[in-house]
This record gives sequence, structure tokens and C-alpha cells, in this order.
Amino acid sequence: MKAPDFDYQSPETLEAALALLADADGMAEPLAGGQSLMPMMNFRLAAPETLVDLNGIPGLSGVAIEDSWVAIGATTRYCDLEDDKEVIEAVPLIAKVLPHIAHAAIRNRGTIGGSIALADPAAEMPAVLLALGGEVVLQSASARRTVKADDFFLGIYETVREPEELVVAVRLPKAKPHDRFGFHEIVRRHGDYAMAGCIVAADATLAGVRVAFFGVGDRPLRAERAEDALAGSDGGPAALHAAVAALSDLECDGDVSTSADTKRHLAGVALKRAFSELTA
Amino acid sequence: MKQTAQISLTVNGETVEADVPVRRNLVDFLRQDLGLTGSHVGCEHGVCGACTLEVDGRMVRGCLMLAVQANGANVTTVEGLADSGRSAALRQSFMARNALQCGFCTPGMLASAIEYIEAGGASDRNAIREHLSGNYCRCTGYQAIVDAVCDVIDGRVSA
Ligand SMILES: Cc1cc2nc3c(=O)[nH]c(=O)nc-3n(C[C@H](O)[C@H](O)[C@H](O)COP(=O)(O)OP(=O)(O)OC[C@H]3O[C@@H](n4cnc5c(N)ncnc54)[C@H](O)[C@@H]3O)c2cc1C
Ligand code: FES
Ligand code: FES
Repeated sequence: MKAPDFDYQSPETLEAALALLADADGMAEPLAGGQSLMPMMNFRLAAPETLVDLNGIPGLSGVAIEDSWVAIGATTRYCDLEDDKEVIEAVPLIAKVLPHIAHAAIRNRGTIGGSIALADPAAEMPAVLLALGGEVVLQSASARRTVKADDFFLGIYETVREPEELVVAVRLPKAKPHDRFGFHEIVRRHGDYAMAGCIVAADATLAGVRVAFFGVGDRPLRAERAEDALAGSDGGPAALHAAVAALSDLECDGDVSTSADTKRHLAGVALKRAFSELTA
Repeated sequence: MKQTAQISLTVNGETVEADVPVRRNLVDFLRQDLGLTGSHVGCEHGVCGACTLEVDGRMVRGCLMLAVQANGANVTTVEGLADSGRSAALRQSFMARNALQCGFCTPGMLASAIEYIEAGGASDRNAIREHLSGNYCRCTGYQAIVDAVCDVIDGRVSA
């Protein structure tokens, strides 16, 4: 199908975009890469009155590398991150994850801000943000705020972002020299949304460990009990076994093809595989 | 309501000016307004890859971009890839390897494969399959398509 009619606005500055959103009373939607919004409009699952195209705002894309953070502009495309050696050196997890997001042609348009704002529970980037303990910078015509990943995602396609706010940047902490990362997703076909995926981020001695899942619940989920089982351990089979057992209270949801119990099982499989990348 | 827009872009090397409804996607604009029916339309939600075409040097889904977003852009369709000779070797090897049957997926396959080859992609069957994973073919079973791409990379085709 084709998208329903809408009014199209292509502001050239962030201020103009924020003013359009402020005036629209929730009836306008930002358009970034369009790789999720356009399909939803073509299916007529979304019918915004006004599209505010962010692609003509120069300052909204690009990367700034700071002392201990990397600030990625919202409309920075996946393909630009894939090609950016400095980003990959600062946040090596990104290089592991990006090839698993959709397909090359989708990554040539899709943006990091779009993925974070959309908050698809099966998407990789929200889980990256959560596993690394990143932050989201939100801005409206009247205010700017920074929200921690742990507080940002509320449910399926639901975040703390207000309709008149834009995600302007995604902030990820730079990896320290001996930090290690593991990533694994279980998919039917390369590039599909994951049936279950896991990211493990740890420091050199396993003193600090963060574990995040995607594709198993209504939002990206941190598994704090599994983190506790791994933190300070030797990372051996017993610790890993305990971490998998600790997923018993992970808030898994079933979907049309997979029950919640199967999701929990797959989460455990993904955790073991992601963790094995850490020690490899 | 701003429901139509004036756009100016380059399509296959020629400047095009048009007044388009803002809801018209790029591939429909190329097919219906410009008569460039080489790019195909399958799913209209980004899944099948039949509409893949080049915008400013990157292969994208023609069904997920609005024509108005291509204002000022440089667009190359499968017709342009043929006219400039960029797809010559690949078209030759697709024929030699029977890498198409009905041909519905072929314009998108060529576009995606050219992106891989021009980026210096290796003749590695898994990497090629990964790159083409966003392009559906309901006829060939993919083996012949991968064969054809390998032949071009390995220089087994003269075009
Ligand atoms: C065939 C196919 C396969 C895919 N597979 C995957 C996959 O495996 N994993 C995955 O993660 N994704 C996948 N995607 C989705 C893709 O990654 C999207 O690009 C991404 O989820 C959304 O980014 P976008 O820039 O395209 O956003 P858009 O589609 O433009 O927008 C998405 C939503 O976010 C809002 N929005 C966008 N930018 C902002 C902003 N800066 N501030 C506030 N709101 C904003 C929009 O209003 C809209 O509601 C797939 C898409 C397709 C078509
Ligand atoms: S028609 Fe565009 S991907 Fe199927
Ligand atoms: S040749 Fe028929 S779909 Fe590929």
C-alpha cells in the first residue's frame, strides 16, 4: 500500500524543527531514515498529519569524541558509523553489532536516533545503549534534558520522550583499554530482527559486568541478577550456569511464534554465546 | 497543507524538474512519472529489495524514500547502471550463470551486488550472501546469483 496524505516540512535548523513539533500538538512525527516510519505509513499503521523531515538539518548528524564519551548526532546513519574508524575504536561494540542490523541498503538510510526513538524491543541499538550505560539527549523548543539508558525505555515502542521532543544525540561511554564485549543474536535469517539477543559488557577482571537482552520482552532488558552472578567471578562454567539460572525472573514475553518460556531459554543460549566471545 | 513539492534532481545523469505529491515514494516517481520501469516494486515496506537503487552513491530502498527527499540528489537506476557500463560484467555473468528466471528481483540484485563489488568485496560466498540478504528471489534459489557475483570478482567474465 501507499502512505496516506500528509503535510511535509523540511526544516533547515533544529530550532525550526522543534517549533514545528511544539505547534503540532502531537500530530506531527519526525522523519529520520524512514526505514521504520515509511513501512508503518505504507501499512497505514501510522498516519501522521505532518512529517517533519530531519534530514536537512546539518548539525543533527555527526560524531563528537569527548574525553570519556562519544556523542553521536541523532541522524547519523548506521553506514556512517560503520565507516568511522574513530567511533569503532572508541566504542568497539558498535562494530560487532552493526552488521546484524537489517541489510546494507537499510543501514544506508537508517539512523541511530531513529532506532532509539522507535524503541523496537527486538532492535539492537537500544540494547547497546542499555548494555553500555549510555544516555539519550532530548530537546524540545523550551528545554533540554539527558536521560540515562536505564530510565529511557518504557515498553513496546514507548519511551520517556514527549511528542514535542527530539532525540538530538545518543551518548555512549568510551571503552577503557581492557574492556571486553560479547554479542550474540538468534535470528532466522541474517539481518532479521532477533528472536533473542544478548550483549555482555565487562571490564578486564570481570569486576563490573552489564548484561542486556533484546527481542525477549517489551523493551530492552537488563539482567541484574545475571550480572551479579558474573561480577567478581572467575567467568568459569559454574558462574555462567548461575547467570543463566538467574534469568528466571527476566521479564520475557511471548510473541506470535514463540512462547515466553522459549524466549527465556533462547535468552540463556544467547547469554552463553555472547559470554564466550568475551573470553575468546 | 503542503501536499505537493517542486523538486530538482539528477536521474541517470540528466537533470529532472518535477512537481510531485509529497506522499509519492521515489521508486513510484521514477516508474510512473519518468517511465523508468527498471526498478521494481514488490512489498513497499523495505523487505524484498526489488526497488533498490542508488542515491548519492549509496544503494537504498526506493520504496522507503519519498521523491521529495531526493530533491538535489543524484539518483541512478538500473537503467543508468547499464548505460554507464557499471553493470556490464554482472549482467553478462547473470546470463551465463542463469542467475535470473522471471527477472523480478534482478534490478535490485544487480544494484546490491554492484555496491558489494565496487566496495572491493571478496569472493567469499558467505559474505556475498550476507550482503544480498535483503534481496528476495523467489525463483533461483540464490546459488546461481552468488556464482555470478563470484565470477565477476574473480575476473572470470569479460564484458
Ligand atoms: C527490512 C527491514 C529490516 C530491518 N531489520 C532491523 C533489524 O534487524 N534491527 C533493527 O534494529 N532495525 C531493523 N530495521 C529498522 C531500521 O533499523 C530502522 O532504520 C530504525 O529502526 C529506525 O531508524 P530510522 O532512522 O529509519 O527512523 P524512522 O523510520 O525515520 O523513524 C522511526 C520512529 O522514530 C521517530 N524518530 C526518528 N528520529 C527521531 C528523533 N531524532 N527524535 C525523535 N523521534 C525520532 C520517528 O518519528 C518514528 O516514529 C529494519 C528495517 C527494515 C525495513
Ligand atoms: S518494494 Fe521496496 S523493498 Fe520491496
Ligand atoms: S528471478 Fe524471479 S524472483 Fe529472482
